[in-house]
Amino acid sequence: MNTFIVVAIILIALGFAYNWGARASRSVANRTGAKMHSRPIYYGVYVMLWCAVPAALVLVLYLVFQPMIVDAVIGGYLPADVAADPGATRTAMRNIEAIASGYGIIGDVEPYQQDAADALSAFTLTARLALIALAAAAAIGGLVFAQRQIHPSFRARNRVELAIKVLLLTCSAIAILTTVGIVLSVLSEAIRFFTFVHPFDFFFGTTWNPRFSSTGTGGQGEYGLLPLLWGTMMITIIAMVVAVPIGLMAAIYLSEYAGPKFRFVAKPLLEVLAGIPTIVYGFFALVTVGPFLSRLGDVVGLDINATSALTAGIVMGIMIIPFVSSLSDDIISQVPQAMRNGSFGLGATQSETIRKVILPAALPGIVGAFLLAVSRAVGETMIVVLAAGNSPVLTANPFEAVSTVTVTIVNQLTGDTDFASPQSLVAFALGLTLFVITLCLNVVAIYIVKKYREQYE
Amino acid sequence: MSATALAEAPHETRYETIRIADPSPRETKISAQDVHVYYGAKEALHHVSIDIPAKSVTAFIGPSGCGKSTFLRCFNRMNDTIDGCRVVGRLDMDGEDLNDHRQDVVLLRARVGMVFQKPNPFPKSIYDNIAYGPRIHGVARSKSDLDAIVEHSLTRAGLWQEVKDRLQEPGTGLSGGQQQRLCIARAIAVSPEVILMDEPCSALDPIATARVEELIRELRENYTIIIVTHSMSQAQRVSDRTAYFHLGYLVEEGPTESIFNDPQEKRTKDYITGVFG
Repeated sequence: MNTFIVVAIILIALGFAYNWGARASRSVANRTGAKMHSRPIYYGVYVMLWCAVPAALVLVLYLVFQPMIVDAVIGGYLPADVAADPGATRTAMRNIEAIASGYGIIGDVEPYQQDAADALSAFTLTARLALIALAAAAAIGGLVFAQRQIHPSFRARNRVELAIKVLLLTCSAIAILTTVGIVLSVLSEAIRFFTFVHPFDFFFGTTWNPRFSSTGTGGQGEYGLLPLLWGTMMITIIAMVVAVPIGLMAAIYLSEYAGPKFRFVAKPLLEVLAGIPTIVYGFFALVTVGPFLSRLGDVVGLDINATSALTAGIVMGIMIIPFVSSLSDDIISQVPQAMRNGSFGLGATQSETIRKVILPAALPGIVGAFLLAVSRAVGETMIVVLAAGNSPVLTANPFEAVSTVTVTIVNQLTGDTDFASPQSLVAFALGLTLFVITLCLNVVAIYIVKKYREQYE
Repeated sequence: MSATALAEAPHETRYETIRIADPSPRETKISAQDVHVYYGAKEALHHVSIDIPAKSVTAFIGPSGCGKSTFLRCFNRMNDTIDGCRVVGRLDMDGEDLNDHRQDVVLLRARVGMVFQKPNPFPKSIYDNIAYGPRIHGVARSKSDLDAIVEHSLTRAGLWQEVKDRLQEPGTGLSGGQQQRLCIARAIAVSPEVILMDEPCSALDPIATARVEELIRELRENYTIIIVTHSMSQAQRVSDRTAYFHLGYLVEEGPTESIFNDPQEKRTKDYITGVFG
């Protein structure tokens, strides 16, 4: 049975249920002569919901329990030596499922695997049929139940409203629960990491050298966060030094000086910068900016690495310019026209008005925008992966290669990884650190921006 | 003539303003001669001519959209800040044309101050609000000079006693009426010759309004004041002369008493007696 047919059947069933409900309400109205509480469409939708929701629940339960049942079915066929080894069991299970689904496997099929696969396909067929029967029964049961409730005083309209509310609540709950789930899983992995490495050594260590076990040096290595954090900070500071003045002044020009025509063209163009994928900025940094800075260094007698904190910082700054300018522009535009009039009316020039009235009035909002930009810079990955040079050492020299928290996460999780070793688990501790930093920045920024917004309302 | 007939009248038609002379003529501070204001292609104000007497209060009245605020903004060139707004004509203040394009508007606005409809103190301390103008114009030579200007301006605006102990608190924390007097003090601080007031009491309660009106009467001793107002009674209480605007024309101007007691034009009479407007 292919998916298209299933979807078609479900839609037809729902249409039928709707129709049935609507029709039943009309016939009840005709028979009793009373005025129905709701319009027929609400009775239709109500019956349709009672048809769809129980059937959907049956499906969800099946999907949840199916893997357990499959394991139980196959489990009996596994030879003792395979069943004793968890790794081998996992491989065998995967193979059996592959054979049963008809895709086959690479290599020889062992007899027990073939038997198990046959049993599994037989079981799956039965289970499918049972599922269809059960879902259909649930749908029909719901339908009949709902249809019986149709009565002139039955408030179908209010029930449908409730169902819509529940639907919306479910959607927002999914978004929130996902976030919570991610945080919890990162947290639990990070805690596992801290069973290998003491938190003190992690947060205050100055050496980053997570010796991969494959290099044969053995041991756990050293996991000092500080070089990475310092690299992140240095690049963020350079990015801010580039982005804040340019972005802010662009915003001032656009909101205070530019005519409507220029603004109409320039604002979207500036925002195009924000739409460029960061990987493109990354190779722009690697191919153009890095070599340029390096040559510039030769000319003025400085030793600048092509991949360095400076390269990554400058390019990241360029990336953040539209972010800073568009936020600042919104905030500056929110300063009431009355402030400008008051200042002009006293004989202030435009730049005096901006420096002495508008910017001070907009300052809290601009600080908020600045913090949001910082949290973006801290979490940015692709540019630094390509352009920062990946050298996790503590250095105050921006012309040298550095590494950041994000880059290190990428390094620790790419290639062959075993998720039980501190080498991989450290990525979760790093991710958690990053998450806490950006969360704090965002909370403070949102608080400041919100407080500022209230000021003129 | 009815209002609609006037609206449909072609531009070439000139409506002569009815003028009633003062029984005791005063020196003229500003003389507007044949002023037209355009918003884009639309003519918002038609050939307005009026003499504003020095050290007195002149009120501009008229229904909404009649051009009285637009005309007021001609006196300190605030119309320059509005896109597409163009002012034609002469505005002579002490013999020099305010509307000349060579006029330095920044200095002009120090000589012709303005108070707006809604109190608009800057989000700064009370002290800094007053000191703003003197600072940008470099009036004060020392800190004590500036302190003196602040005290003098606040005293003039009748606010000194209320705020002298909290000069460093934000100006936005004052009540509406206090804020408006702060704005008046702010305008006084740059020692203007003329103060323009655009419906200064429309956002205030009756008690605050009474205080501001009292202040306006006191300020008349030293400043030339032009006030736009929607309140007939306010115009009668505070002004020496009144000018009635209607649909972009200056219909009638004269001593306040004669305008309100003996209007010459039917439209003026209809407006002040509340038939329309």
